[in-house]
Amino acid sequence: MIPSLPRPPWLRGATALYAVAFFAFLFLPLIVVAVFAFNDAPYPAPPWHGFTLDWFLGNPGKGRVGLFGDSEILGSIWTSCVVAGWVTLLAVLIGISNAFLIERGRFFGKQALSILMLAPLVIPGVILGISILAFASRVAQFADDVFGLDWDVLRPGLPLVVCGQFSYIATIATLTISARLRRFDRTLEEAALNLGASKPAVLRTIVLPYLRPALIGSAAISFLMSFADFNTTLMLVGADAPLTVTMYGRMREGASPVLNAVSLFLMLGSALLALGIMRRGARPRPG
Amino acid sequence: MSETALEPRWRGRLSVGLLLAPALLWLGALIVLPHVDLAVLSFRERVGPRHYVASLAQYRTFFIEPLYWHVFVRTAVMSVIATFLTLLLAFPIAWIIAKLARGRASSLLFMLCLIPFWVSETVRTLGWMILLRESGVLPSLLVKLGITHAPIELLYHDATIMVGLVYTSLLFMVIPLVSSLESLDNALIEAAYDLGAGGFTVLRTIVIPHAAPGITAGCIVVFMLTLGNYLTPVLLGGKSSQWFTEQIYNQFITRFNWEQGAALGFLLLALSTALVMLGLKLAGQRFGDVMRRT
Repeated sequence: MIPSLPRPPWLRGATALYAVAFFAFLFLPLIVVAVFAFNDAPYPAPPWHGFTLDWFLGNPGKGRVGLFGDSEILGSIWTSCVVAGWVTLLAVLIGISNAFLIERGRFFGKQALSILMLAPLVIPGVILGISILAFASRVAQFADDVFGLDWDVLRPGLPLVVCGQFSYIATIATLTISARLRRFDRTLEEAALNLGASKPAVLRTIVLPYLRPALIGSAAISFLMSFADFNTTLMLVGADAPLTVTMYGRMREGASPVLNAVSLFLMLGSALLALGIMRRGARPRPG
Repeated sequence: MSETALEPRWRGRLSVGLLLAPALLWLGALIVLPHVDLAVLSFRERVGPRHYVASLAQYRTFFIEPLYWHVFVRTAVMSVIATFLTLLLAFPIAWIIAKLARGRASSLLFMLCLIPFWVSETVRTLGWMILLRESGVLPSLLVKLGITHAPIELLYHDATIMVGLVYTSLLFMVIPLVSSLESLDNALIEAAYDLGAGGFTVLRTIVIPHAAPGITAGCIVVFMLTLGNYLTPVLLGGKSSQWFTEQIYNQFITRFNWEQGAALGFLLLALSTALVMLGLKLAGQRFGDVMRRT
Protein backbone atom coordinates (compact mmCIF):
# COMPACT_ATOMS: atom_id res chain seq x y z
CA MET A 1 0.00 0.00 0.00
CA ILE A 2 1.00 3.61 -0.20
CA PRO A 3 2.77 5.53 2.59
CA SER A 4 -0.26 7.63 3.50
CA LEU A 5 -2.16 4.52 4.52
CA PRO A 6 -1.42 2.46 7.63
CA ARG A 7 0.90 -0.44 6.85
CA PRO A 8 1.29 -3.32 9.29
CA PRO A 9 4.89 -3.93 10.42
CA TRP A 10 5.07 -7.33 8.73
CA LEU A 11 4.25 -5.71 5.41
CA ARG A 12 6.95 -3.09 5.86
CA GLY A 13 9.41 -5.82 6.78
CA ALA A 14 8.40 -7.97 3.83
CA THR A 15 8.71 -5.03 1.44
CA ALA A 16 12.21 -4.18 2.63
CA LEU A 17 13.22 -7.83 2.48
CA TYR A 18 11.88 -8.14 -1.02
CA ALA A 19 13.76 -5.06 -2.19
CA VAL A 20 17.02 -6.35 -0.73
CA ALA A 21 16.54 -9.80 -2.27
CA PHE A 22 15.63 -8.28 -5.62
CA PHE A 23 18.71 -6.11 -5.83
CA ALA A 24 20.91 -8.95 -4.60
CA PHE A 25 19.53 -11.04 -7.47
CA LEU A 26 20.18 -8.17 -9.87
CA PHE A 27 23.77 -7.55 -8.82
CA LEU A 28 25.01 -10.98 -7.80
CA PRO A 29 26.09 -12.06 -11.32
CA LEU A 30 27.94 -8.80 -11.91
CA ILE A 31 29.68 -8.94 -8.55
CA VAL A 32 30.98 -12.48 -9.04
CA VAL A 33 32.24 -11.59 -12.50
CA ALA A 34 34.18 -8.67 -11.06
CA VAL A 35 35.50 -10.56 -8.03
CA PHE A 36 36.79 -13.59 -9.93
CA ALA A 37 38.76 -11.40 -12.28
CA PHE A 38 41.24 -11.10 -9.38
CA ASN A 39 41.30 -14.70 -8.12
CA ASP A 40 44.71 -16.35 -8.28
CA ALA A 41 43.42 -19.59 -9.87
CA PRO A 42 43.14 -20.79 -13.45
CA TYR A 43 39.34 -21.08 -13.26
CA PRO A 44 36.85 -18.41 -12.20
CA ALA A 45 35.52 -20.58 -9.40
CA PRO A 46 35.78 -20.77 -5.62
CA PRO A 47 37.69 -21.18 -3.37
CA TRP A 48 39.50 -17.89 -3.17
CA HIS A 49 43.23 -18.36 -3.79
CA GLY A 50 44.35 -14.82 -3.20
CA PHE A 51 44.49 -11.58 -5.10
CA THR A 52 46.30 -11.33 -8.42
CA LEU A 53 46.47 -9.08 -11.44
CA ASP A 54 47.66 -11.96 -13.64
CA TRP A 55 44.42 -12.02 -15.59
CA PHE A 56 45.05 -8.46 -16.70
CA LEU A 57 48.83 -8.29 -16.98
CA GLY A 58 49.68 -11.93 -17.65
CA ASN A 59 52.22 -14.06 -15.86
CA PRO A 60 54.64 -15.99 -18.09
CA GLY A 61 56.02 -17.79 -15.06
CA LYS A 62 52.71 -19.53 -14.51
CA GLY A 63 51.93 -19.72 -18.22
CA ARG A 64 49.10 -17.21 -17.83
CA VAL A 65 48.11 -14.87 -20.61
CA GLY A 66 46.42 -11.77 -19.27
CA LEU A 67 43.87 -9.59 -20.97
CA PHE A 68 46.48 -7.12 -22.18
CA GLY A 69 48.40 -9.92 -23.85
CA ASP A 70 45.40 -11.64 -25.38
CA SER A 71 45.55 -10.40 -28.94
CA GLU A 72 42.34 -12.19 -29.96
CA ILE A 73 40.26 -10.40 -27.33
CA LEU A 74 42.01 -7.07 -27.83
CA GLY A 75 41.46 -7.38 -31.56
CA SER A 76 37.80 -8.16 -31.09
CA ILE A 77 37.38 -5.15 -28.80
CA TRP A 78 38.78 -2.99 -31.58
CA THR A 79 36.46 -4.69 -34.09
CA SER A 80 33.50 -3.97 -31.82
CA CYS A 81 34.56 -0.33 -31.54
CA VAL A 82 34.82 0.06 -35.31
CA VAL A 83 31.43 -1.58 -35.87
CA ALA A 84 29.82 0.44 -33.09
CA GLY A 85 31.34 3.63 -34.45
CA TRP A 86 29.84 3.09 -37.88
CA VAL A 87 26.47 1.98 -36.50
CA THR A 88 26.33 5.03 -34.23
CA LEU A 89 27.21 7.45 -37.01
CA LEU A 90 24.70 5.99 -39.43
CA ALA A 91 21.95 5.59 -36.84
CA VAL A 92 22.22 9.17 -35.58
CA LEU A 93 22.29 10.59 -39.11
CA ILE A 94 19.24 8.65 -40.20
CA GLY A 95 17.61 9.38 -36.86
CA ILE A 96 17.85 13.13 -37.56
CA SER A 97 16.60 12.72 -41.09
CA ASN A 98 13.68 10.51 -40.00
CA ALA A 99 12.76 12.82 -37.15
CA PHE A 100 12.35 15.72 -39.57
CA LEU A 101 10.52 13.49 -42.03
CA ILE A 102 8.00 12.24 -39.47
CA GLU A 103 7.58 15.42 -37.43
CA ARG A 104 7.71 18.00 -40.22
CA GLY A 105 7.05 16.29 -43.52
CA ARG A 106 3.60 15.94 -45.02
CA PHE A 107 3.30 13.22 -47.61
CA PHE A 108 1.15 10.33 -48.65
CA GLY A 109 1.66 7.18 -46.59
CA LYS A 110 3.32 8.89 -43.64
CA GLN A 111 1.30 6.92 -41.10
CA ALA A 112 2.22 3.62 -42.74
CA LEU A 113 5.87 4.60 -42.94
CA SER A 114 6.08 5.54 -39.29
CA ILE A 115 4.53 2.20 -38.32
CA LEU A 116 6.98 0.40 -40.61
CA MET A 117 9.83 2.21 -38.87
CA LEU A 118 8.84 0.49 -35.63
CA ALA A 119 8.86 -2.96 -37.22
CA PRO A 120 12.60 -3.66 -36.71
CA LEU A 121 12.03 -3.60 -32.96
CA VAL A 122 9.50 -6.42 -33.06
CA ILE A 123 11.41 -8.65 -35.44
CA PRO A 124 13.65 -11.03 -33.48
CA GLY A 125 17.33 -10.18 -33.99
CA VAL A 126 18.10 -13.64 -35.30
CA ILE A 127 15.59 -13.18 -38.11
CA LEU A 128 16.91 -9.73 -39.00
CA GLY A 129 20.30 -11.40 -39.24
CA ILE A 130 19.32 -14.31 -41.47
CA SER A 131 17.12 -12.21 -43.74
CA ILE A 132 19.93 -9.72 -44.38
CA LEU A 133 22.38 -12.58 -44.85
CA ALA A 134 20.12 -14.26 -47.42
CA PHE A 135 19.33 -11.02 -49.24
CA ALA A 136 22.99 -9.95 -49.40
CA SER A 137 23.89 -13.33 -50.78
CA ARG A 138 21.18 -13.04 -53.44
CA VAL A 139 22.39 -9.59 -54.47
CA ALA A 140 25.97 -10.88 -54.60
CA GLN A 141 24.83 -13.79 -56.72
CA PHE A 142 22.96 -11.45 -59.01
CA ALA A 143 25.97 -9.13 -59.39
CA ASP A 144 28.13 -12.10 -60.17
CA ASP A 145 25.72 -13.66 -62.69
CA VAL A 146 24.78 -10.50 -64.53
CA PHE A 147 27.82 -8.25 -64.31
CA GLY A 148 30.52 -10.75 -63.42
CA LEU A 149 31.31 -8.70 -60.31
CA ASP A 150 32.63 -10.15 -57.11
CA TRP A 151 31.28 -8.06 -54.26
CA ASP A 152 33.09 -9.14 -51.13
CA VAL A 153 31.18 -6.59 -49.09
CA LEU A 154 28.13 -8.81 -49.31
CA ARG A 155 29.80 -11.88 -47.86
CA PRO A 156 29.40 -12.40 -44.11
CA GLY A 157 31.70 -9.93 -42.44
CA LEU A 158 31.86 -6.57 -40.76
CA PRO A 159 29.96 -4.53 -43.40
CA LEU A 160 27.01 -6.90 -43.03
CA VAL A 161 27.30 -6.82 -39.25
CA VAL A 162 27.07 -3.02 -39.41
CA CYS A 163 24.00 -3.28 -41.68
CA GLY A 164 22.34 -5.84 -39.41
CA GLN A 165 22.83 -3.83 -36.23
CA PHE A 166 21.96 -0.58 -37.95
CA SER A 167 18.68 -2.06 -39.23
CA TYR A 168 17.11 -1.96 -35.77
CA ILE A 169 19.28 0.56 -33.90
CA ALA A 170 18.14 3.15 -36.48
CA THR A 171 14.62 2.77 -35.08
CA ILE A 172 15.79 3.54 -31.57
CA ALA A 173 17.70 6.63 -32.70
CA THR A 174 14.67 7.75 -34.71
CA LEU A 175 12.34 7.39 -31.72
CA THR A 176 14.69 9.26 -29.38
CA ILE A 177 15.36 12.17 -31.73
CA SER A 178 11.77 12.56 -32.96
CA ALA A 179 10.49 12.59 -29.39
CA ARG A 180 12.62 15.65 -28.71
CA LEU A 181 11.89 17.35 -32.00
CA ARG A 182 8.16 16.97 -31.28
CA ARG A 183 8.54 19.11 -28.15
CA PHE A 184 10.40 21.85 -29.98
CA ASP A 185 8.71 25.24 -29.90
CA ARG A 186 8.17 26.16 -33.55
CA THR A 187 7.78 29.86 -32.72
CA LEU A 188 11.54 30.05 -32.02
CA GLU A 189 12.21 28.93 -35.55
CA GLU A 190 9.63 31.32 -36.99
CA ALA A 191 11.08 34.21 -35.01
CA ALA A 192 14.53 33.52 -36.42
CA LEU A 193 13.14 33.29 -39.94
CA ASN A 194 11.26 36.57 -39.47
CA LEU A 195 14.46 38.20 -38.29
CA GLY A 196 16.04 37.24 -41.55
CA ALA A 197 17.96 34.05 -40.77
CA SER A 198 18.30 31.60 -43.63
CA LYS A 199 16.90 28.11 -43.20
CA PRO A 200 20.32 26.43 -42.87
CA ALA A 201 21.30 29.05 -40.28
CA VAL A 202 18.14 28.34 -38.28
CA LEU A 203 18.88 24.63 -38.42
CA ARG A 204 22.47 25.13 -37.32
CA THR A 205 21.97 27.72 -34.61
CA ILE A 206 18.57 26.84 -33.19
CA VAL A 207 17.19 23.43 -34.05
CA LEU A 208 20.33 21.29 -33.86
CA PRO A 209 21.53 22.80 -30.54
CA TYR A 210 18.06 22.10 -29.17
CA LEU A 211 18.32 18.49 -30.36
CA ARG A 212 21.81 18.05 -28.90
CA PRO A 213 20.84 16.12 -25.76
CA ALA A 214 18.81 13.69 -27.87
CA LEU A 215 21.66 13.36 -30.35
CA ILE A 216 24.17 12.59 -27.63
CA GLY A 217 21.76 10.26 -25.87
CA SER A 218 20.91 8.34 -29.00
CA ALA A 219 24.58 8.13 -29.97
CA ALA A 220 25.47 6.65 -26.59
CA ILE A 221 22.58 4.20 -26.70
CA SER A 222 23.43 3.19 -30.26
CA PHE A 223 27.04 2.61 -29.34
CA LEU A 224 26.16 0.51 -26.31
CA MET A 225 23.53 -1.51 -28.16
CA SER A 226 25.88 -2.18 -31.02
CA PHE A 227 28.61 -3.21 -28.61
CA ALA A 228 26.23 -5.54 -26.78
CA ASP A 229 24.43 -6.95 -29.81
CA PHE A 230 24.70 -10.68 -30.14
CA ASN A 231 21.77 -12.18 -32.04
CA THR A 232 22.06 -10.24 -35.28
CA THR A 233 25.84 -10.21 -35.22
CA LEU A 234 26.12 -13.97 -34.79
CA MET A 235 24.29 -14.56 -38.07
CA LEU A 236 26.33 -12.09 -40.10
CA VAL A 237 29.79 -12.42 -38.67
CA GLY A 238 32.73 -13.38 -40.87
CA ALA A 239 36.39 -13.87 -39.99
CA ASP A 240 36.73 -10.85 -37.69
CA ALA A 241 34.49 -11.37 -34.69
CA PRO A 242 33.28 -8.53 -32.47
CA LEU A 243 33.77 -8.93 -28.73
CA THR A 244 30.40 -10.51 -27.87
CA VAL A 245 30.90 -13.27 -30.42
CA THR A 246 34.50 -13.93 -29.31
CA MET A 247 33.39 -14.06 -25.69
CA TYR A 248 30.56 -16.42 -26.57
CA GLY A 249 33.01 -18.75 -28.31
CA ARG A 250 35.34 -18.74 -25.31
CA MET A 251 32.46 -19.29 -22.89
CA ARG A 252 31.42 -22.38 -24.80
CA GLU A 253 34.95 -23.77 -24.72
CA GLY A 254 35.38 -23.30 -21.02
CA ALA A 255 35.99 -20.70 -18.39
CA SER A 256 38.96 -18.42 -18.06
CA PRO A 257 39.36 -15.44 -15.75
CA VAL A 258 40.50 -13.42 -18.76
CA LEU A 259 36.81 -13.21 -19.66
CA ASN A 260 36.12 -11.81 -16.21
CA ALA A 261 38.87 -9.27 -16.72
CA VAL A 262 37.45 -8.06 -20.03
CA SER A 263 33.94 -8.06 -18.54
CA LEU A 264 35.13 -5.83 -15.74
CA PHE A 265 36.32 -3.31 -18.32
CA LEU A 266 33.00 -3.55 -20.12
CA MET A 267 31.18 -2.83 -16.88
CA LEU A 268 33.39 0.13 -16.08
CA GLY A 269 33.06 1.44 -19.61
CA SER A 270 29.29 1.24 -19.71
CA ALA A 271 29.01 2.65 -16.19
CA LEU A 272 31.10 5.68 -17.22
CA LEU A 273 29.04 6.17 -20.36
CA ALA A 274 25.80 5.84 -18.40
CA LEU A 275 26.92 8.30 -15.73
CA GLY A 276 28.05 10.71 -18.43
CA ILE A 277 24.65 10.68 -20.07
CA MET A 278 22.79 11.03 -16.81
CA ARG A 279 24.89 13.97 -15.63
CA ARG A 280 24.42 15.63 -18.97
CA GLY A 281 20.68 14.96 -18.81
CA ALA A 282 20.45 16.40 -15.30
CA ARG A 283 22.42 19.55 -16.03
CA PRO A 284 20.29 22.51 -17.10
CA ARG A 285 21.08 23.47 -20.66
CA PRO A 286 22.62 26.89 -21.17
CA GLY A 287 20.41 29.24 -23.11
CA MET B 1 1.72 25.89 -41.78
CA SER B 2 4.00 28.88 -41.84
CA GLU B 3 6.83 26.89 -43.31
CA THR B 4 4.89 25.90 -46.40
CA ALA B 5 3.67 29.47 -46.68
CA LEU B 6 7.22 30.78 -46.65
CA GLU B 7 8.61 28.25 -49.07
CA PRO B 8 7.65 27.62 -52.66
CA ARG B 9 5.77 24.36 -52.93
CA TRP B 10 8.37 22.52 -54.92
CA ARG B 11 11.07 23.15 -52.35
CA GLY B 12 8.94 21.54 -49.69
CA ARG B 13 8.48 18.54 -51.93
CA LEU B 14 12.17 18.35 -52.67
CA SER B 15 13.11 18.36 -49.02
CA VAL B 16 10.52 15.69 -48.22
CA GLY B 17 11.99 13.65 -51.05
CA LEU B 18 15.52 14.11 -49.73
CA LEU B 19 14.45 13.05 -46.25
CA LEU B 20 12.43 10.17 -47.59
CA ALA B 21 15.34 8.65 -49.50
CA PRO B 22 17.42 7.46 -46.53
CA ALA B 23 14.33 6.15 -44.74
CA LEU B 24 13.20 4.20 -47.77
CA LEU B 25 16.71 2.90 -48.39
CA TRP B 26 16.97 1.72 -44.79
CA LEU B 27 13.55 0.10 -44.61
CA GLY B 28 13.64 -1.21 -48.17
CA ALA B 29 17.12 -2.64 -48.35
CA LEU B 30 17.46 -3.87 -44.78
CA ILE B 31 13.93 -4.76 -43.70
CA VAL B 32 11.35 -5.22 -46.46
CA LEU B 33 13.36 -6.77 -49.30
CA PRO B 34 15.32 -9.15 -47.05
CA HIS B 35 12.08 -10.42 -45.57
CA VAL B 36 10.52 -10.85 -48.99
CA ASP B 37 13.62 -12.74 -49.98
CA LEU B 38 13.39 -14.87 -46.86
CA ALA B 39 9.78 -15.67 -47.73
CA VAL B 40 10.75 -16.68 -51.26
CA LEU B 41 13.53 -18.81 -49.87
CA SER B 42 11.19 -20.59 -47.48
CA PHE B 43 8.76 -21.51 -50.25
CA ARG B 44 11.19 -23.34 -52.47
CA GLU B 45 12.89 -26.68 -52.55
CA ARG B 46 16.24 -27.72 -53.95
CA VAL B 47 15.85 -30.46 -56.52
CA GLY B 48 19.33 -30.36 -58.03
CA PRO B 49 22.50 -28.31 -58.06
CA ARG B 50 21.39 -24.67 -58.45
CA HIS B 51 17.93 -25.83 -59.41
CA TYR B 52 14.94 -24.98 -57.26
CA VAL B 53 11.18 -25.37 -57.52
CA ALA B 54 8.41 -23.68 -55.59
CA SER B 55 7.12 -25.93 -52.84
CA LEU B 56 5.80 -26.14 -49.34
CA ALA B 57 8.31 -28.82 -48.43
CA GLN B 58 10.08 -26.73 -45.80
CA TYR B 59 6.88 -26.08 -43.89
CA ARG B 60 5.82 -29.69 -44.34
CA THR B 61 9.08 -30.81 -42.74
CA PHE B 62 8.35 -28.57 -39.80
CA PHE B 63 4.99 -30.20 -39.21
CA ILE B 64 6.20 -33.74 -39.83
CA GLU B 65 9.43 -33.58 -37.86
CA PRO B 66 8.49 -33.86 -34.18
CA LEU B 67 11.76 -32.22 -33.06
CA TYR B 68 10.90 -28.88 -34.67
CA TRP B 69 7.40 -28.96 -33.28
CA HIS B 70 8.57 -29.87 -29.88
CA VAL B 71 11.16 -27.12 -29.74
CA PHE B 72 8.73 -24.58 -31.19
CA VAL B 73 6.03 -25.25 -28.61
CA ARG B 74 8.59 -25.49 -25.84
CA THR B 75 10.09 -22.11 -26.75
CA ALA B 76 6.65 -20.50 -26.87
CA VAL B 77 5.51 -22.00 -23.56
CA MET B 78 8.73 -21.16 -21.76
CA SER B 79 8.60 -17.61 -23.09
CA VAL B 80 5.07 -17.19 -21.80
CA ILE B 81 6.08 -18.54 -18.38
CA ALA B 82 9.17 -16.32 -18.32
CA THR B 83 7.05 -13.28 -19.18
CA PHE B 84 4.61 -14.08 -16.40
CA LEU B 85 7.36 -14.65 -13.84
CA THR B 86 9.06 -11.42 -14.88
CA LEU B 87 5.81 -9.55 -14.33
CA LEU B 88 5.38 -11.11 -10.89
CA LEU B 89 8.93 -10.25 -9.85
CA ALA B 90 8.98 -6.78 -11.35
CA PHE B 91 5.63 -5.56 -10.08
CA PRO B 92 6.53 -5.21 -6.38
CA ILE B 93 9.75 -3.42 -7.28
CA ALA B 94 7.92 -1.09 -9.64
CA TRP B 95 5.43 -0.42 -6.85
CA ILE B 96 8.23 0.33 -4.39
CA ILE B 97 9.89 2.70 -6.87
CA ALA B 98 6.72 4.44 -7.98
CA LYS B 99 4.71 4.58 -4.75
CA LEU B 100 6.69 3.77 -1.62
CA ALA B 101 10.09 5.35 -2.12
CA ARG B 102 10.12 9.13 -2.47
CA GLY B 103 12.27 11.67 -4.21
CA ARG B 104 15.93 10.74 -4.33
CA ALA B 105 15.39 7.24 -2.94
CA SER B 106 12.99 6.49 -5.74
CA SER B 107 15.29 7.67 -8.51
CA LEU B 108 18.23 5.92 -6.86
CA LEU B 109 16.37 2.60 -6.83
CA PHE B 110 15.35 3.13 -10.43
CA MET B 111 18.98 3.79 -11.39
CA LEU B 112 20.02 0.63 -9.55
CA CYS B 113 17.59 -1.31 -11.73
CA LEU B 114 19.07 0.22 -14.85
CA ILE B 115 22.75 -0.37 -14.13
CA PRO B 116 22.98 -4.12 -14.81
CA PHE B 117 21.40 -3.61 -18.20
CA TRP B 118 24.04 -1.25 -19.40
CA VAL B 119 26.31 -4.26 -19.38
CA SER B 120 25.98 -6.72 -22.24
CA GLU B 121 24.02 -9.93 -21.89
CA THR B 122 27.24 -11.89 -22.43
CA VAL B 123 28.71 -10.52 -19.20
CA ARG B 124 25.54 -11.17 -17.22
CA THR B 125 25.36 -14.73 -18.53
CA LEU B 126 29.02 -15.24 -17.62
CA GLY B 127 28.09 -14.20 -14.08
CA TRP B 128 25.32 -16.77 -13.91
CA MET B 129 27.64 -19.47 -15.22
CA ILE B 130 30.21 -18.70 -12.53
CA LEU B 131 27.47 -18.76 -9.92
CA LEU B 132 25.72 -21.94 -10.99
CA ARG B 133 28.19 -24.36 -12.56
CA GLU B 134 29.13 -27.46 -10.60
CA SER B 135 32.40 -25.94 -9.41
CA GLY B 136 30.71 -22.58 -9.04
CA VAL B 137 29.79 -20.30 -6.18
CA LEU B 138 26.30 -21.50 -5.24
CA PRO B 139 26.97 -25.27 -5.33
CA SER B 140 30.03 -24.88 -3.11
CA LEU B 141 28.04 -22.64 -0.81
CA LEU B 142 25.37 -25.34 -0.55
CA VAL B 143 28.04 -27.87 0.41
CA LYS B 144 29.50 -25.51 3.02
CA LEU B 145 26.08 -24.97 4.54
CA GLY B 146 25.61 -28.71 4.72
CA ILE B 147 22.57 -28.71 2.44
CA THR B 148 24.14 -31.02 -0.14
CA HIS B 149 27.01 -33.46 0.34
CA ALA B 150 28.66 -32.96 -3.01
CA PRO B 151 28.46 -29.96 -5.35
CA ILE B 152 25.47 -30.27 -7.66
CA GLU B 153 25.31 -29.01 -11.22
CA LEU B 154 22.87 -26.11 -11.31
CA LEU B 155 23.51 -25.26 -14.95
CA TYR B 156 21.79 -26.97 -17.87
CA HIS B 157 18.32 -27.25 -16.36
CA ASP B 158 15.13 -25.69 -17.61
CA ALA B 159 14.90 -23.79 -14.34
CA THR B 160 18.35 -22.32 -15.01
CA ILE B 161 17.25 -21.11 -18.43
CA MET B 162 14.19 -19.60 -16.78
CA VAL B 163 16.28 -17.74 -14.20
CA GLY B 164 18.48 -16.37 -16.96
CA LEU B 165 15.55 -15.31 -19.12
CA VAL B 166 13.72 -13.60 -16.28
CA TYR B 167 16.91 -11.86 -15.19
CA THR B 168 17.58 -10.54 -18.68
CA SER B 169 13.99 -9.32 -19.05
CA LEU B 170 13.42 -7.59 -15.71
CA LEU B 171 14.37 -4.10 -16.81
CA PHE B 172 12.03 -4.13 -19.79
CA MET B 173 9.18 -4.88 -17.41
CA VAL B 174 10.19 -2.49 -14.63
CA ILE B 175 10.38 0.62 -16.84
CA PRO B 176 6.84 0.54 -18.29
CA LEU B 177 5.39 -0.59 -14.96
CA VAL B 178 7.01 2.29 -13.08
CA SER B 179 5.82 4.85 -15.59
CA SER B 180 2.26 3.57 -15.54
CA LEU B 181 2.15 3.29 -11.75
CA GLU B 182 3.57 6.77 -11.24
CA SER B 183 0.60 8.26 -13.05
CA LEU B 184 -1.83 6.54 -10.70
CA ASP B 185 -3.32 9.10 -8.32
CA ASN B 186 -2.80 8.08 -4.68
CA ALA B 187 -6.12 9.71 -3.80
CA LEU B 188 -7.91 6.93 -5.65
CA ILE B 189 -6.25 4.31 -3.49
CA GLU B 190 -6.96 6.29 -0.34
CA ALA B 191 -10.58 6.69 -1.34
CA ALA B 192 -10.94 2.98 -1.98
CA TYR B 193 -9.33 2.25 1.36
CA ASP B 194 -11.61 4.67 3.19
CA LEU B 195 -14.58 2.99 1.59
CA GLY B 196 -13.40 -0.28 3.10
CA ALA B 197 -11.61 -2.00 0.24
CA GLY B 198 -8.84 -4.42 1.20
CA GLY B 199 -5.43 -4.59 -0.40
CA PHE B 200 -6.42 -7.24 -2.90
CA THR B 201 -9.57 -5.41 -3.97
CA VAL B 202 -7.62 -2.20 -4.51
CA LEU B 203 -5.08 -4.09 -6.58
CA ARG B 204 -7.74 -5.78 -8.68
CA THR B 205 -10.15 -2.92 -9.23
CA ILE B 206 -7.88 0.13 -9.26
CA VAL B 207 -4.19 -0.60 -9.67
CA ILE B 208 -4.27 -3.28 -12.36
CA PRO B 209 -6.82 -1.56 -14.60
CA HIS B 210 -4.80 1.65 -14.38
CA ALA B 211 -1.47 -0.06 -15.00
CA ALA B 212 -2.85 -2.24 -17.81
CA PRO B 213 -1.14 -0.29 -20.61
CA GLY B 214 2.22 -0.58 -18.84
CA ILE B 215 1.66 -4.24 -18.09
CA THR B 216 0.80 -4.92 -21.73
CA ALA B 217 3.79 -3.00 -23.01
CA GLY B 218 6.15 -4.76 -20.62
CA CYS B 219 4.75 -8.21 -21.35
CA ILE B 220 4.93 -7.74 -25.11
CA VAL B 221 8.51 -6.53 -25.09
CA VAL B 222 9.63 -9.21 -22.66
CA PHE B 223 7.88 -11.92 -24.61
CA MET B 224 9.45 -10.86 -27.89
CA LEU B 225 12.92 -10.60 -26.42
CA THR B 226 12.61 -13.97 -24.71
CA LEU B 227 11.32 -15.71 -27.81
CA GLY B 228 14.15 -14.29 -29.88
CA ASN B 229 16.83 -14.83 -27.27
CA TYR B 230 19.74 -17.04 -28.22
CA LEU B 231 22.62 -16.46 -25.84
CA THR B 232 20.90 -17.15 -22.52
CA PRO B 233 19.17 -20.45 -23.39
CA VAL B 234 22.18 -21.80 -25.26
CA LEU B 235 24.78 -20.96 -22.63
CA LEU B 236 22.71 -21.69 -19.54
CA GLY B 237 20.85 -24.65 -21.02
CA GLY B 238 23.78 -26.27 -22.79
CA LYS B 239 22.80 -29.25 -24.88
CA SER B 240 19.36 -29.40 -23.33
CA SER B 241 18.48 -25.82 -24.21
CA GLN B 242 16.32 -26.71 -27.24
CA TRP B 243 15.52 -23.14 -28.14
CA PHE B 244 13.94 -22.32 -31.47
CA THR B 245 16.43 -19.63 -32.46
CA GLU B 246 19.12 -22.28 -32.03
CA GLN B 247 17.33 -24.45 -34.60
CA ILE B 248 17.31 -21.53 -37.00
CA TYR B 249 21.00 -20.96 -36.44
CA ASN B 250 21.76 -24.64 -36.97
CA GLN B 251 19.86 -24.78 -40.25
CA PHE B 252 21.25 -21.54 -41.57
CA ILE B 253 24.84 -21.47 -40.43
CA THR B 254 25.81 -25.01 -39.45
CA ARG B 255 23.95 -27.10 -42.04
CA PHE B 256 23.70 -24.38 -44.67
CA ASN B 257 20.10 -25.44 -45.34
CA TRP B 258 18.83 -21.91 -45.96
CA GLU B 259 15.42 -22.95 -47.23
CA GLN B 260 14.61 -24.84 -44.04
CA GLY B 261 16.14 -22.10 -41.89
CA ALA B 262 14.07 -19.46 -43.66
CA ALA B 263 10.87 -21.41 -43.07
CA LEU B 264 11.70 -21.81 -39.38
CA GLY B 265 12.52 -18.10 -39.19
CA PHE B 266 9.16 -17.20 -40.64
CA LEU B 267 7.37 -19.50 -38.24
CA LEU B 268 9.12 -17.76 -35.34
CA LEU B 269 8.19 -14.38 -36.76
CA ALA B 270 4.59 -15.52 -37.19
CA LEU B 271 4.43 -16.82 -33.63
CA SER B 272 5.93 -13.63 -32.26
CA THR B 273 3.59 -11.41 -34.28
CA ALA B 274 0.53 -13.51 -33.45
CA LEU B 275 1.11 -13.43 -29.73
CA VAL B 276 1.90 -9.71 -29.78
CA MET B 277 -1.34 -9.07 -31.66
CA LEU B 278 -3.22 -11.25 -29.22
CA GLY B 279 -1.73 -9.36 -26.30
CA LEU B 280 -2.66 -6.01 -27.84
CA LYS B 281 -6.18 -7.20 -28.56
CA LEU B 282 -6.68 -8.52 -25.05
CA ALA B 283 -5.55 -5.20 -23.64
CA GLY B 284 -7.32 -3.17 -26.32
CA GLN B 285 -4.26 -1.17 -27.33
CA ARG B 286 -2.53 0.01 -30.44
CA PHE B 287 0.90 -1.08 -31.52
CA GLY B 288 2.32 2.40 -32.01
CA ASP B 289 1.27 3.55 -28.55
CA VAL B 290 2.82 0.52 -26.91
CA MET B 291 6.13 0.97 -28.68
CA ARG B 292 6.33 4.61 -27.73
CA ARG B 293 5.71 3.69 -24.13
CA THR B 294 8.79 1.53 -23.81
